Amino acid sequence: MTYLSPIIGLALALIAGAIMFSFLGKPPLGALYAYFIEPVSEMWSVHELLIKAAPLILMGAGLCVCYQSNNWNIGAEGQMIMGGMAGSILPVMFPQIAGPFVLPAMLIMGVLGGMAYAAIPALLKTKFKTNEILTSLMLVYIAQLFLDWTVRGAWRNPQGLNFPETRRFDDFARIAEMMPADGRANFGFVIAIVVALAIWVMMAKSMKGFQVKVIGASPKAARFAGFDAKKMVFFAFLLAGATAGLAGIVEVAGASGQLRTTISPGYGFTAIIVAFLGRLNPIGAIVAGLVLALTFLGGEAAQISLGVSDKVARVFQGLILFFVLACDTLILYRIRLVFSAKPASQKGAA
Amino acid sequence: MGMTEAILLTIATAATPLLIAAIGELVVERSGVLNLGVEGMMIMGAVGGFMAANLTGNPWAGVLVAIVFGALTSLAFAFLTLSLAANQVATGLALTILGLGLSGLLGEGFVGQAGVKLTNVNIPVLSDMPLVGPLVFGQDPIFYMSIALVIGVSWFLFTTRAGLTLRSIGDNHISAHALGIPVLRYRYLAVMFGGACAGLAGGHLSLVYTPQWVENMSAGRGWIALALVVFASWRPLRVLAGAYLFGAVSIGQLHAQALGVGVPSQLLTALPYVATIVVLVLISQNVRTTLINTPAMLGRAFVPDR
Repeated sequence: MTYLSPIIGLALALIAGAIMFSFLGKPPLGALYAYFIEPVSEMWSVHELLIKAAPLILMGAGLCVCYQSNNWNIGAEGQMIMGGMAGSILPVMFPQIAGPFVLPAMLIMGVLGGMAYAAIPALLKTKFKTNEILTSLMLVYIAQLFLDWTVRGAWRNPQGLNFPETRRFDDFARIAEMMPADGRANFGFVIAIVVALAIWVMMAKSMKGFQVKVIGASPKAARFAGFDAKKMVFFAFLLAGATAGLAGIVEVAGASGQLRTTISPGYGFTAIIVAFLGRLNPIGAIVAGLVLALTFLGGEAAQISLGVSDKVARVFQGLILFFVLACDTLILYRIRLVFSAKPASQKGAA
Repeated sequence: MGMTEAILLTIATAATPLLIAAIGELVVERSGVLNLGVEGMMIMGAVGGFMAANLTGNPWAGVLVAIVFGALTSLAFAFLTLSLAANQVATGLALTILGLGLSGLLGEGFVGQAGVKLTNVNIPVLSDMPLVGPLVFGQDPIFYMSIALVIGVSWFLFTTRAGLTLRSIGDNHISAHALGIPVLRYRYLAVMFGGACAGLAGGHLSLVYTPQWVENMSAGRGWIALALVVFASWRPLRVLAGAYLFGAVSIGQLHAQALGVGVPSQLLTALPYVATIVVLVLISQNVRTTLINTPAMLGRAFVPDR
């Protein structure tokens, strides 16, 4: 059931999507084909898929650890932005520094930037017991505005014809493309897979991973075992912040090659769906990241081939999360038909 | 109309959607359910209200549809979290993502179209009085609804039997169940009330605040409303105070931008969000009031037969 339920959830989301397409006046099956199959039938668009999947997998894997330990970080979007900005300090402010060490330095600074930003809600949660859901989300808005201000102001490209964007990064500050002949996909995708696998090993094989699970499943048992819940808050937030920051700099130094006023079409929020669709398992997040990347890609494709709005992508993503959560019930509870005198309190499968 | 009047009026207009959404969420949380989908329900209310008002030309049709859209959206949340006992935090996030997407899709044909504004109340002699006139007798109808909601919810929660029952469910659903109280029925109704309020708040945005449809026009107000409930430590009158405080902050930053204070506009736009964090930190330091007032079952799923 653990593996089946996300698949059932996906299938239900597809059915709901087909109904939505028929409401929009499109042939449902043809529309689903154009949305989910056509985009991956050509090599260059598979590359685009990998570009979009990289940040989703990175952040999804990090959020798995957060959510398993009951730390509700929903601000990955903001941590991604801050990571992207911190990583861009070298190529934007010190373009004269050149060499093969620049890119690794950028990646590290991106990670640190994301971690620093994720440390804020963790600090507020441990120090003042402030609700981390609300603080991490508010920090997203603040990060977006900070990026906007920086790129329109201090970091604007002096030769950029007044466009709100920074100077383009030099080649040594870019993540190389894997197969330039076929498409744009860069080694960011490889980084994402490696990081997700590493987090999976940590979760499955290490003491730290065990602590994450115990603290999430039973805070009381964790206290008896002597696991430090406060340290776990920091661990989970910093890990998720690190992956988000890495995702940010991978996106900036990979696909876009410069900072613009926005660096992500909501990848940080979609990563929440990735984590749940992957059943809070980092390897599951790899698969789920590819699926969700396909919803972005399909949205663009459907806009061109079917003439439907690209908003369809967001709807699909919401539907997927909805149905996956509904199908979680199949794992957590045994379904039993109950014929009772009071149907009101026995409604549904619970 | 003087400057003071104008500022006070705009503060009331900015505070009203926050107040309505927060007061609805307060009832939901008092029943022990944490619905993080306020933003999604609000934006669905905003788009539904705008569409209905635009198609019929009648702003009141917009108000009605906004309420219905909000309540229907919340029903999806209620089914998942109550009937299927799904994780409330994750389902609330799903509701927000779905609401933002669906509203964008529904409202796409309405972007840039002229809206229908819900006109302000005008009582002949009373509304013309200086200062008091426009503030007390000349606001938009939803403003009066928001005040009525605060009074009504206070009255319901703390003086009626049903209100007491609702609060008892929020504090211990297992005991309530053992007493024969229909826990899930109460929670369904509470969640739908919260949805209706969030929808109305969205309707206020697209029918009064800025009578037009802009994608993502709720701009985080649903989340601020959630913070307000915590800030108010689950008390209706404190929600009122908090909403007006936030209304004042957001209007203050708008006036500062208009005056051209030597501060970047982005910093001013970020003020309400920064204020939310600061206020949350301050309020959560007072551990005792928070602990006493937090519904003990907040966010926990209830499965009847166990």
